Amino acid sequence: MSLSALFIQLLNGLASASSLFLVAAGLSIIFGITRIVNFAHGSLYMLGIYTAYSLVQTFGGGMLGFWGGVLCAGIVVGLFGALVERLLLRRLYHAPELLQLLATFALVLIVRDFALWIWGPEDLLGPRAPGLAGAVAIAGREFPQYDLFLIALGPVVLLLLWLLLTRTRWGTLVRAATEDREMAGALGVNQAWLFTSVFALGSFLAGLGGAVQIPREPAVLTMDLTILSDVFVVVVVGGMGSIPGAFLAAVLIGVIKAFCIGIGNVSLFGLDFSFSKLTLVIEFVVMAVVLAFRPWGLLGRRQGLPRGAAPVEAPLHLPSTGMLKALAAMLALLALLPFVSDRYTLVLLTDILVFALFAVSLHFIMGPAGMHSFGHAAYFGLGAYAAALLLKHAVPMELALALAPLGGGLAALFFGWFCVRLSGVYLAMLTLAFAQIAWSVVYQWDDFTGGSNGLVGIWPAPWLASGSAFYYLALVLCAAAVLLLWRLVYTPFGYALRACRDSPLRADAIGIDVRRQQWLGFALAGLFAGLAGAIYAFSKGSISPDSLSIPRSVDGLVMVLMGGIQTLTGAVAGAAVFTWLQDVITRQTEFWRALLGAVILFLLLAFPQGIAGFLRERWEARAGRSDG
Amino acid sequence: MIARRTVLLGTAALAMAAAFSGPAAAQGTIKIGEMNSYKVFPAFLEPYKKGWELALDEINAAGGVLGRKLEVVSRDDQGNPGEAVRVAEELLTRENVAFLVGTFPSNVGLAVADFAKQKKVLFIAAEPLTDKIVWQDGNKYTFRLRPSTYMQTAMLIPEAVKLKKKRWAIVYPNYEYGQSATAAFKELLKKAQPDVEFVTEQAPALGKIEAGAVVQALADAKPDAIFSSLFAGDLAKFVREGQTRGLFKNRVVFNLLGGEPEYLDPLKQDTPVGWYVTGYPWQSINTPEHKKFLAAYQKKYNDYPRLGSIVGYAMLMSAADAIKKATSLDQEKLVAAMKGLQVDTPLGKITYRALDHQSTMGAYVGRLDLKDGKGVMTAFHFADGAKYLPSDAEVRKMRPAD
Amino acid sequence: MNILRVARLSKAYGGVQAVREVSFELAAGELLALIGPNGAGKTTCFNLLNGQTAADGGSAEFEGRSLIGLKPRQIWRLGVGRTFQITATFASMTVRENVQTALLNYHGKLNSILALAERLYLDEAMALLARVGMAEQAARPCAVLAYGDLKRVELAIALANRPRLLLMDEPTAGMAPAERVALMRLTAELARASNIAVLFTEHDMDVVFAHADRILVLNRGRLIAEGKPAEVRANREVQEVYLGSGSLFGATHA
Repeated sequence: MSLSALFIQLLNGLASASSLFLVAAGLSIIFGITRIVNFAHGSLYMLGIYTAYSLVQTFGGGMLGFWGGVLCAGIVVGLFGALVERLLLRRLYHAPELLQLLATFALVLIVRDFALWIWGPEDLLGPRAPGLAGAVAIAGREFPQYDLFLIALGPVVLLLLWLLLTRTRWGTLVRAATEDREMAGALGVNQAWLFTSVFALGSFLAGLGGAVQIPREPAVLTMDLTILSDVFVVVVVGGMGSIPGAFLAAVLIGVIKAFCIGIGNVSLFGLDFSFSKLTLVIEFVVMAVVLAFRPWGLLGRRQGLPRGAAPVEAPLHLPSTGMLKALAAMLALLALLPFVSDRYTLVLLTDILVFALFAVSLHFIMGPAGMHSFGHAAYFGLGAYAAALLLKHAVPMELALALAPLGGGLAALFFGWFCVRLSGVYLAMLTLAFAQIAWSVVYQWDDFTGGSNGLVGIWPAPWLASGSAFYYLALVLCAAAVLLLWRLVYTPFGYALRACRDSPLRADAIGIDVRRQQWLGFALAGLFAGLAGAIYAFSKGSISPDSLSIPRSVDGLVMVLMGGIQTLTGAVAGAAVFTWLQDVITRQTEFWRALLGAVILFLLLAFPQGIAGFLRERWEARAGRSDG
Repeated sequence: MIARRTVLLGTAALAMAAAFSGPAAAQGTIKIGEMNSYKVFPAFLEPYKKGWELALDEINAAGGVLGRKLEVVSRDDQGNPGEAVRVAEELLTRENVAFLVGTFPSNVGLAVADFAKQKKVLFIAAEPLTDKIVWQDGNKYTFRLRPSTYMQTAMLIPEAVKLKKKRWAIVYPNYEYGQSATAAFKELLKKAQPDVEFVTEQAPALGKIEAGAVVQALADAKPDAIFSSLFAGDLAKFVREGQTRGLFKNRVVFNLLGGEPEYLDPLKQDTPVGWYVTGYPWQSINTPEHKKFLAAYQKKYNDYPRLGSIVGYAMLMSAADAIKKATSLDQEKLVAAMKGLQVDTPLGKITYRALDHQSTMGAYVGRLDLKDGKGVMTAFHFADGAKYLPSDAEVRKMRPAD
Repeated sequence: MNILRVARLSKAYGGVQAVREVSFELAAGELLALIGPNGAGKTTCFNLLNGQTAADGGSAEFEGRSLIGLKPRQIWRLGVGRTFQITATFASMTVRENVQTALLNYHGKLNSILALAERLYLDEAMALLARVGMAEQAARPCAVLAYGDLKRVELAIALANRPRLLLMDEPTAGMAPAERVALMRLTAELARASNIAVLFTEHDMDVVFAHADRILVLNRGRLIAEGKPAEVRANREVQEVYLGSGSLFGATHA
């Protein structure tokens, strides 16, 4: 790459960084104040670009029409955000942590279908910006005028935000609340108003970030999730809650991507390496590296443990005889089912069993061990791939199934070593980074993993293929694994994990090696996720990179949260309800996503403690027991 | 006591089974199980659905097949192979469909193809482009309708060779489709024009192209010509950046699928004039079979067809013809009927080759032009799929025996 | 017999000498208070001993073994118990389970994946809770306890590894005056009964002069006085340091 080419690529990186920064700044501000991990932030961005498209069409593409349309789109999205905060999220501030995440996930589903309904399926490419439609010559190349505008926009917004946060009373309150929410509350700050205004500002920035993209890219229905992971990376790399950090990270990632593309193919020692292909995963590599050296991002500060407004989890009791009987009856029921049900019921139940195990393994590290993972599908998927690859290399199916969980377990052992050095959202994002890195390797390694197409022909041995045999295999393995994980929570190992979660300081002071304990817990969860993945592979006969992608990880999160993170049985209830709902709802209506989102929201508002949490409360009320 | 408990459990199990089961199958119709990723690729699949719905109307208006009405049970597979396999199971066991059709992404298509092989059920893959579904991973029960990545790439080669451009740059979405298209293009062009040079390759992630940087990198390599297999949002971003930055000035560009209305129409004013593309110029196809289809489609939907509409229509016509020819719903007879089956489609007569189960459906090859603010294809010709396939010997070498 | 020997312990942050050449010894069964005005280096000194912070120089030996460079969990293993200024307990467990968890590790059963933790060392945990007067509340979740009770639970946890040395950082911070006296009386009783050495930092001079056997006074990182309460009270330098803060001289009982 020549020096002039390098310079132009630098400009390209800066131009891409601007919009990313706007969206990330919005997410960062929202997180700083409300501690909400807003999955719907990408949807706000998408609404921004669609709204801007429509407004510019309506106003006409003139100077006023275009810029007015872009700005109005930001405002419309900001108002929408405020509405969401007031009508929905407000009701959930006192729910167990991360439950707001589930609400925002439901919003993603609803907004996606809303956009399809309003704007239709076709990509919508907006007009060029009036006055900035052409190019200027820089370093002997044509460079878009609009990109120069974007390069300037980022720092300007950064400056305006800085002024807003440091020079206004509102900004002082926001900063105070970011530092210490309870303290700000004690100082008499009107929290309700503050939260709403912050959410509106964050949404406005997301909407504006989308709107300014209309001259550069078409409005596409999948852009909500595409931008979401990028924005999370930027916020985390920059340091959560730090606006300058977000700017720095956006520039860093934008420029590194542009350089990767600029470098293109390189031959080193006879090996060809494509930097261009690296753009598939480069932001996650950057994030993993940054977090390895700076556990709170580039400009982030160490965060005190969030003092959630939710009640602390109640002590665990060994299940009562009644509970054990109910459990035994349930298992007996499942064992008898093949005699009366049709084949599809068994297929659906096999899926439910697999996902129940997957969700329970995720709950094991999220609940008792207190480590939130956004990338748990990595271990599910690697278990599945291990099974498939062993089978492809002539290992008998039974042995492949027995060995495959190690694929998930060993990966978790390796990745976990890094992850347990972090905490909170940073830990969650590092798990996501590792999952994406694993995904990209599987996705690219055509010769070994089958690349994006995956591997086919992974069927169980003949004696398991017939009738209900595989169902019984899944039932026995999943039930045994789930019971084992549950029982583990009651053993000293499980108590040690809970001790590390409740108070790392105290755990250390009674001689517990906190990191080692969490590391073992993490690896164990990976092992069981790997088992779930292996059973899944054999139940489907094929495996592809989807099985370790972000949506699969998110599904796991949704199951755990739907069921209730503070209850042991929650993950199973969540997996069953979520899988069953998906099966039923996709058949009901074309707009099944929105319906699914609405059902999740309903469940959330009706049972903020989760399905299993709700059932437990009823059970305890009936048994007349209380933990006073 | 134990007996009573068993009875209780049995009753509960029955109740549970009832709770999970769907409606009882309607009698008298022949059901086809259709599945696709409707919500993941709505731009292609909404017209596709309209296409097969039109075909369904026509088939049933003409008396159905084997004296029975045809019925399509359609499901959303969420673009996920695991879901698709479960949906396929549901269609087979609960809906009692005769066989399976559909799918869009290659990984879903391959997963369902392998499922069909395992269950010994006919599967007509409508959309997936991957070469593997009929070659390396081909099986006895799977047939594919659309011209594959290889075929469509091959259709562009004669034009590329004619231009005698020496320095080529390539850009493709970084997954199997893009990789296969690139590999096929390089191989075929090199064979026809040994002095060709490939000066750079850019492989942006699907749906996440950094268009400015990619355009710049391509321009810096100073190619004479560009081969692209980008589509959808990536294509639109690439086109706009490339035009602003003058990448396409004095350069020929070939873009696989670029003339398909699904991807061409959003470009509107930005349509890059002069590009060589494969696609579907629905406005100007003058064959009687297409005129008839176009009229019927516009009458029913008050909208113009996209390529997806053609695929959906031809897919269901193939399914109906297969049943007619087999005069049975027996899987082995259906498979036998599919081999060498000839089907009339809006793009002319196609044949499902007995050799590798690939249909000979073709595509239009032409150049892009701008007309009334919309992108159209001009100077196009129809490339018959049968002519753009490797030799039988090569195919046999790639495809495992049934 | 002196079980803790600290010699010339030093620690600097940037250019600030937080602790400089502090030396003292502590005998079994003795209650030693570490006092000084804010910023005197009490907390730093304390953290050098409990493994939270690494020392720049000097030595600290517990029963002849150096504590320098050890991690908190390793120091615990040697037989040192700790309580914190702000209580740190396991909020999702019952009072008894808190103590049981500490006992599990003391007995080397922490990584057992077979036994049920709830059933292990029940009697031992109850005995410890009885000693701090928390037996009746054993089944309550820690999350709902009053602050004074939490302090007692912490003490019980700290006693689980049968320590010969207790390090207590501001043990009565945040408590009502009556509770403070009660907690320190309890601590003193336990220390004497089990021959445990106690080193504690404290703000409340009533508590210090009522219960400490000996007092160390730090100022600007330096040890400026050491001795029995009466001696310290009479020390001129100490008086100067504390001038204006009536607490030291307003103490009515000694």
